[in-house]
Amino acid sequence: MRTLLFLIQKEFIQIARNKTMLPLIFIMPIVQLVILVYAADLNMKSIEYSVFDLDASHASRELLSHYDSSPFFDTQEQLFSDEDMEHSLKSGEADIVIKIPKGFEKSLMNNESVEVQFLVDGINNAAAVITTAYAQNILLKYHNNLGSSWLNLQEVQAKGIEIKSRHWFNPELDFKVYMVPGILVLLVSMIGWILTALNIVREKEIGTIEQINVTPVRKYQFLLGKLAPFWLIAMFELAFGLLLGRILFGVPIIGSVGLLFLFTAVYMLAPLGIGLLFSSLSNNQQQVMFLTFFFNLTFIMMSGLFTPVESMPNWAQYVNYLNPLAYFMPVIRMVLLKGSDFLDVLPNLIGIAIYSVVVLYLASLAYRKRV
Amino acid sequence: MNLALSCTALSKKFGEISALQNINIDVERGELFGVIGPDGGGKTTLFRILATLLIPDDGDAQVLGFDSIKDYLSIRKRIGYMPGRFSLYHDLTVKENLQFYSSVFKVDIEKNYGMIASVYDQLKPFANRRAGKLSGGMKQKLALSCALIHKPELLILDEPTTGVDAVSRIEFWNTLDSLKEDGMTILVSTPYMDEANRCDRIAMIQKGELLYVDSPKSLIDNYSEPLFAASSLDRFVLLNRLEQVPWIDLVYLCGQEVHFVLRDVKHDKLLEYFKKNEWGDVTISQIQPTVEDCFISLMKTR
Repeated sequence: MRTLLFLIQKEFIQIARNKTMLPLIFIMPIVQLVILVYAADLNMKSIEYSVFDLDASHASRELLSHYDSSPFFDTQEQLFSDEDMEHSLKSGEADIVIKIPKGFEKSLMNNESVEVQFLVDGINNAAAVITTAYAQNILLKYHNNLGSSWLNLQEVQAKGIEIKSRHWFNPELDFKVYMVPGILVLLVSMIGWILTALNIVREKEIGTIEQINVTPVRKYQFLLGKLAPFWLIAMFELAFGLLLGRILFGVPIIGSVGLLFLFTAVYMLAPLGIGLLFSSLSNNQQQVMFLTFFFNLTFIMMSGLFTPVESMPNWAQYVNYLNPLAYFMPVIRMVLLKGSDFLDVLPNLIGIAIYSVVVLYLASLAYRKRV
Repeated sequence: MNLALSCTALSKKFGEISALQNINIDVERGELFGVIGPDGGGKTTLFRILATLLIPDDGDAQVLGFDSIKDYLSIRKRIGYMPGRFSLYHDLTVKENLQFYSSVFKVDIEKNYGMIASVYDQLKPFANRRAGKLSGGMKQKLALSCALIHKPELLILDEPTTGVDAVSRIEFWNTLDSLKEDGMTILVSTPYMDEANRCDRIAMIQKGELLYVDSPKSLIDNYSEPLFAASSLDRFVLLNRLEQVPWIDLVYLCGQEVHFVLRDVKHDKLLEYFKKNEWGDVTISQIQPTVEDCFISLMKTR
C-alpha cells in the first residue's frame, strides 16, 4: 500500500512537471467545451439568400421584407437572370435562392394559387432540410398574415386540428444543452485513455520500466500506480467541465451529481484499460497515437454524440457494444437533462462494469506477456 | 558451495537468432566478475536473464541461491541492477530519484547512506537538479547510487562505463574495488578490454557463445604464441602488406600498432624480408599479450 502511494506521488510530480500534460488537463476542457459546442451547433443562424424577383411589386417586396427581418436570414444580392441564380448557388454565395414569379401580386389579389420557387444548396443534407423548413415557415407566416394586414380583411382563422408540441427536458431545443454533456464524455474518456497510454509507453521508450521491473514493485502495483492518477484526473475533469458547462451554457443538472460521479467512477476503468492495452501493444508513442487515432474516430462517430444511435443500422448498434463512449453518452444526458435515477442507468452501469473488467483483464494479460 | 551465481546450459533465442548458447558460468561470492565481448555478443541478454527481466529458453540460472524464474521476487530484493541505458526518471531530481528507489525497496536513506556515501557525496551539489540534465558521468553515479541504496548482495552492471570519459571510468572502477572490499559480489560487462584487467575473473562471450572463463592473468599466461607489434607511418598499408607474408597468420590493428603472430621463423628473417621488398621504415618488437590479444586469438581460433 505504501509502495502504491509512492508510485502515485511520483506520478503526480511528473505530471506537474510535464510541460504538455498540465496545460492539456486544464485547457482541453475549456477549448473543447467552448469551441466544439458552438462549432457543432446544428442550428442555422445565418442562412444566406439571394432573390430573383420577377414581379417587383408591393406584394413581393412585402414577402421579402419578412425574410429580411428574420434573424436567421442574411440578404446577399438581387439577381436578374436564371444564370445569376445558378451562379449564386454554385459559387456558394447563397445557401438558398428565392424566385418570385411575374404576376405574383396579381394572382394573390385574384385569390389564385401562385408558386414561389426555392432553390436550395443540398450538399449538406441536414442544413438543406433546415434551410427549407425555415424558408417555408416564413412564407407560411406571410401567407397567414395576408388577410389581416395587407388586404385589410378579417383574419382568417385556420380551422380544424391544431398541433401544439411541447419539448420535454429541453423545452427550447437548445442544442448546447444537448452537446455539452456529450462533449464532457469525450473529454474525460480522451484524457484517461490517451494520457495513460502515452505515459506508460514513455516509460518503455526511456527504459525506466526496466529499472522498475527489477525492484520488488509488483506488476499490479505498478499498473495501479499508473491508473489511479489518471482516474483521479478524469474525475476532476468531469467536475471542472460540469462547472464550465453550468456557468458558460447554463446546462441543467436535474439528476443526482453523485449518481453521475458514481457512473463515471466505474466507466473510467474502460478508457483507462484501453489506454493500458494500447500501451502494452505498442513500443513507442507513435504507435500508440496511431492506434488511438483510428479507434478514437470510430468510437466518437458511433457514440451518439452528433447522431442518434437508434438511427444507425443494426450491425452498427451491435458494434457499439465495443464502444465505451456509447455506454456513457446516453447516461450523462439522462442524468443531467432528465433527472434519471439509479435504476434507469443500471443496465448501462452493469454493461460498462463488465466491459471494464474484460478490458482491464486483457490489458494486464498483454502487459504481462510483453514485459 | 557458496556461489553468488550459477548458470547451467543457459540458452536464449530471439526468433531465429541465437543470443545465448549453452552458457555455463559460476561466480563466487565476493568476486568482481567481468563479462567482455563485442556489441551484440549476448552480454545484455545474459544480464537481463540474471536480473529476472527475461526468461531463458533453456537451462537454469541460480542467483544468490534462488531460481531466476520461480524465486524472481526474492532475487529482486537482493540485487542491484544498472541497465546499459540510463533508466532513471529524467523529470525527477537527483534526490527524488534516490528517494523513490529507496521507498520502493522499503529502506531508509539515512540508515543505508554509508553504502552510497562515496558516490553520492559528489552528487550532493546537484541534489535538486533533474536527472535528465546531468552529465554522463553524473548520471552514472546517480544510477549506481540508486542501485546500491538497498544494500544489494549482488550488483549487476551492464556496460556501466560506455560513453563515460576516461577519468570517470577510472573513478568508477575504483568505486567498484572498494565495494568489492566491503564484500559485495559484482558482475560487470564492458566492451573495453583494458577494464577487464581489473576483474578477478572474466568471461568472454561472442555470438552468444562462451569462449573462455578465467582470471585475466592466467588468460595472458596461457597465451603461447609469439606475438609481435609493428609500426610504420601508414598502419593500414602495413596491415595489408603483413597479411601477404607467408609466416604470419593473425594480423590485426591494435591502437596505433599492428599486432601479428609470427610462426616458424625468427624475426630477423622478417626484417630481411622487409628490406628485400623495400617496405621502408618499419619497426617491430616482440610484446606481451594483453587481454585484447587473447580475446582476438580466441575469437579467430573458433
